[in-house]
Amino acid sequence: MNTSDSAQPPGPSSRPAAATLEFRDATKRYPGQDHPAVDGLSLEVPAGEICVLVGPSGCGKTTAMRMVNRMIDITSGDILLDGSSVRERRPAELRREIGYAIQQIGLFPHLSVAGNVATVPRLLGWPQDRIRARVDELLELVNLDPHETRDRFPAQLSGGQRQRVGVARALAVDPPLMLMDEPFGAIDPINRERLQNEFLRLQREIRKTIVFVTHDIDEAIKMGDRIAVMRQGGKLAQYAPPAELLMYPQGRFVEDFVGSDRALKRLALQRVRDVDLWKAPLVRVGEPVAEARAKATESEVPYPLLVDGEGKPLGWLSEKGMQGERVEPELRSNPDPVLELEDVLRDALSDLLQEEAQYGPVVDHRGQVVGVLSIEILGHALRSDPDEVPSGADAAA
Amino acid sequence: MSTTMAVLGEFGDAVDFIFDERESPAGGARVGGLGEMWELMWEHLKLSGAAMGIASAISVPIGLWLGHTGRGGFLAINASNVGRAVPTLALIAFFVAFLGVGFWNLTLALVLLAIPPILTNTYTGVRQVDRDTVDSARGMGMTGVQIVRRVELPLALPLIFGGIRISAVNVVATATIAPLAGIVTLGDPIINVNTYGDEGRLAAAIVVALLAVVTEVSLAALQRGVTPRGLKLDRREATT
Amino acid sequence: MSAPLAQLRIREDPTESCEADNGFCPDWIADNFDRYVDPFFEHVYLTVVAVAIGFAISFALALIAYRRRWLVSPITQVTGILYTIPSIAAFFLLLPLTGRGKTTALIALVAYVLLIIFRNVLAGLDNVPDETKDAGRGMGLTDRQLLWRVEVPLALPEIMAGLRIAVTTTVGLATLAFFAGAGGLGGQIFSDITFKSNVVVAGGLAVLLAAALDGLILLVQRGITPWTRAVAAR
Repeated sequence: MNTSDSAQPPGPSSRPAAATLEFRDATKRYPGQDHPAVDGLSLEVPAGEICVLVGPSGCGKTTAMRMVNRMIDITSGDILLDGSSVRERRPAELRREIGYAIQQIGLFPHLSVAGNVATVPRLLGWPQDRIRARVDELLELVNLDPHETRDRFPAQLSGGQRQRVGVARALAVDPPLMLMDEPFGAIDPINRERLQNEFLRLQREIRKTIVFVTHDIDEAIKMGDRIAVMRQGGKLAQYAPPAELLMYPQGRFVEDFVGSDRALKRLALQRVRDVDLWKAPLVRVGEPVAEARAKATESEVPYPLLVDGEGKPLGWLSEKGMQGERVEPELRSNPDPVLELEDVLRDALSDLLQEEAQYGPVVDHRGQVVGVLSIEILGHALRSDPDEVPSGADAAA
Repeated sequence: MSTTMAVLGEFGDAVDFIFDERESPAGGARVGGLGEMWELMWEHLKLSGAAMGIASAISVPIGLWLGHTGRGGFLAINASNVGRAVPTLALIAFFVAFLGVGFWNLTLALVLLAIPPILTNTYTGVRQVDRDTVDSARGMGMTGVQIVRRVELPLALPLIFGGIRISAVNVVATATIAPLAGIVTLGDPIINVNTYGDEGRLAAAIVVALLAVVTEVSLAALQRGVTPRGLKLDRREATT
Repeated sequence: MSAPLAQLRIREDPTESCEADNGFCPDWIADNFDRYVDPFFEHVYLTVVAVAIGFAISFALALIAYRRRWLVSPITQVTGILYTIPSIAAFFLLLPLTGRGKTTALIALVAYVLLIIFRNVLAGLDNVPDETKDAGRGMGLTDRQLLWRVEVPLALPEIMAGLRIAVTTTVGLATLAFFAGAGGLGGQIFSDITFKSNVVVAGGLAVLLAAALDGLILLVQRGITPWTRAVAAR
C-alpha cells in the first residue's frame, strides 16, 4: 500500500501508516447515573495491533470505542492518537482519519457499492480517477469482484457481501486507526468464521491499529493481539495477550468470563502446522508389503497410509490389505478426517472426535500428505507453555 | 392603520350579520340573524350527515371484508388516488348536468366523494393488524366473521376513524357549494352574494370555516378515544 | 307577422338541437374548444405556483422542526387548521385582506398543501435508519453533509409521495379558484353547469391535468431514486 493513497497529505510523511492509541484514565459519566459508563480506562495499543474490548453487555466497551472518534465525548481523562489528544481535534475531521465499521453496517441504501466506498475520499476532495481506482482496489482486497459489485445497491447484496463493503468503506482512505463494533455480529455463524479468517489475512497485509469490540470471548481470542476484558461499571479487569489471559486470568470475573474450558480455547490459537506432526508411513499401490510393514513399524502410526500417485491420501491399510505380496488398494479404510495445515487445532480436535479417530492425515494446500496428527499430539499442545503459543494475527501467518 | 381598521370593520360587519337580521341588499327579504344562520347550518349538517352515514355504511363493511380476505388491495388503495384527482366542483356539476338538481342527487355525489378515504383507511387499518394476532384468534376457533368483529375491527378503529374524519371534513367543505345544485346550505350566502351582501358572504365563510374545524377536532378526539391504550397511534393516516 | 327567416334556419340546425337537448355534442366541443384554453393554463399556473411555494415553505419548516422536535407539534397544529378550513371559505376570509385575484387564491391553495408536505418530509426524514446515520457521522460527515447527502436523499420517496398528493388535491381545489376571481377551469364549469358537454370537457380537463402532473412527478421520482427499484438479493 503506497502512501499516496493514505489519509495523510503527500510529502514528508507526518505519521506512520498505523497509529498508536492510548486511553489515559478515560472516564465517561452520564448525568443522573450512579456509576460511570467507562471508569478510568487506561491502556495502550501499539501500532499495527488489534486490541479487542470484550465484556458482558453494559460493561462500557462500545462506549469506550466511541469515545475514540468522539461519537461520545469523554468526561475526564484523555485519549491520545499518536500522542495527540483527540479532544483537540474537530470531530468530523478526526473521524475522517479513523475507519469506522459497526454491527448493522449502515451502508447508504441510496448509493451504489462504489458510492458507499467512495464516501470519505469524496469528502476529502480526491480526484475522480483516483477514487475509482481506489474503489476497485479495495473491493478486490475484500474479495469482491469490482466489475460485478461496484454498481450494485446494498439491497442487492447478501449479508456477507454488505459486511465486506462496510470494511472496504472503512479502509477507503487508508486510515491509521480502525474502530470496529461487532462487525461480524449480524452475519450467520458459518460465514462469520470465513469473514473472520479473511479479515485476519487482510490485517496481516495491511497491519492497521484496530480497536475491535465484541461480546464473544471466542472471537476475542481468535482476533485479538491484546484483549481488554471489561466488567460492569466500565472497569478494566485485565489487559493481556490471549494466551496469557487463558493461562493466567486475573480474578474471579475474568476466570468466569473466559470460561472453564480455557485450555480447550487455547487450541484455537494454534494451527496444525505449528505442532510437530508424526511422520506418515506412506505406501503406494503395488509396493512390496514387507516395505509397507517396515515403514509402519518405524512410525508412531500403527498402520500404513495408502496414497495415490500425487501423494493424496486414499485410506489406511488394514491387515487384510497386507496379506499378499504387494499392496492391494481394495481393503483400506476411510482416510477421514483429512486435516489441513491451516486448520486451527480446535477444529482439528473436533473433526477427530467426530470421526471417532485417534489420528488423521494432514495435507498441504496441494492436497499432499505431509504428516499425521493424533489426539496424543493435541494433548501435548494443551499442556504446552503459553510463551510458545502465538496470538491471533500471527497465527494466521 | 386605516386598512387594518377597514379589515377589522369588515369582519365586524360579518359578525353583525350572524346575529342581527337586516334587509337584503337585493331588496324584498330579510336576511341574516341567528335564525337564518341556524337554518342554513342545519341544512348543511343534514346533507353532510346523510352523505357520511351512507358512505360509511357502504365503505366500512366492504373495507373490512377486503382487508380481512386480503383481496382487492389495488382497488382499495388506489380508490383514494383516483378520488383525489376529481375536483369536487366537477363532481357536483357532473351530477347536476346528468341527473338534475335535488337533495338525493347531491347526496349521491357527496357519498361518492366520501367513500374513497373511508374505504382506503378501513382496508389499511385491517391489513395493519398484526398477523400473529389474527392467527392466534383463528387458532382459538373463531370464525371469519368473529375475527373481523372481535379482533380486526377494534384494532382497525383508529384508522377507520381517521378515514371518516378526512371524509367528513371534505364533505362539510363541499356542502358549501351545494347551492349550485339547488340545496340551500351555508354556502348560499357565498354563491348568491347579491341576496345576502358582502358581510353575509364573509359571515358564511367564517361559519363554514368554524364548522369544518369543529368537525375535525371533535372527530380527532373521537379517534383518540377509540384508540386502545396499548396501541401506538401512527399519526400518519393512509390517505389525505 | 310571419317568423323571420333567420329563426327558421336556426331551428333546422342540427348542432343547435344537440345543445337544446343538452346532450354530449362533439361538434360543439370542437367548435368551442378555444374557450377552455385560457382557463386551462390559468389552472396550471395556479396549481404549479401554489405547490411550488407551499413546498418551499413546508420543506424549510420540516428541516427546522427535524432538528428542533418541540416545533413539530405547534407547526402541525397550525398547518392542520389551515388544511381543515375549506378553501372556498378561505377565499372569502382573505377577500378583505387581499382582494379578488390570483394572490388570494394562491394564498388559500398554499395554506392547504402545507400540512401534507410538512408531514411527509418529516416522516421521510424520520424513517432514515439509525445505523445509517451513525455510520455517516462516524465516517466524518458533518451534520449538514449528513442531511443533504444521506437523510434527504433517503427521504425522497416519502417526499415525492406527499408532492403527488399535494398536486392532485390542488388541481381539485383550484377549480374553485374562480370564486376568488383567479380564473381556472372552475369558472367554465360554473358558467353553464347544466350543459353536459361543458361539464364533461371542463371537468375532464381538470382530471387529465391532475393525472398528467401525478404521472410526471412519478416519473421524476423513478428517475432520481434508482435504488428503490433495485431487486433484492438472493
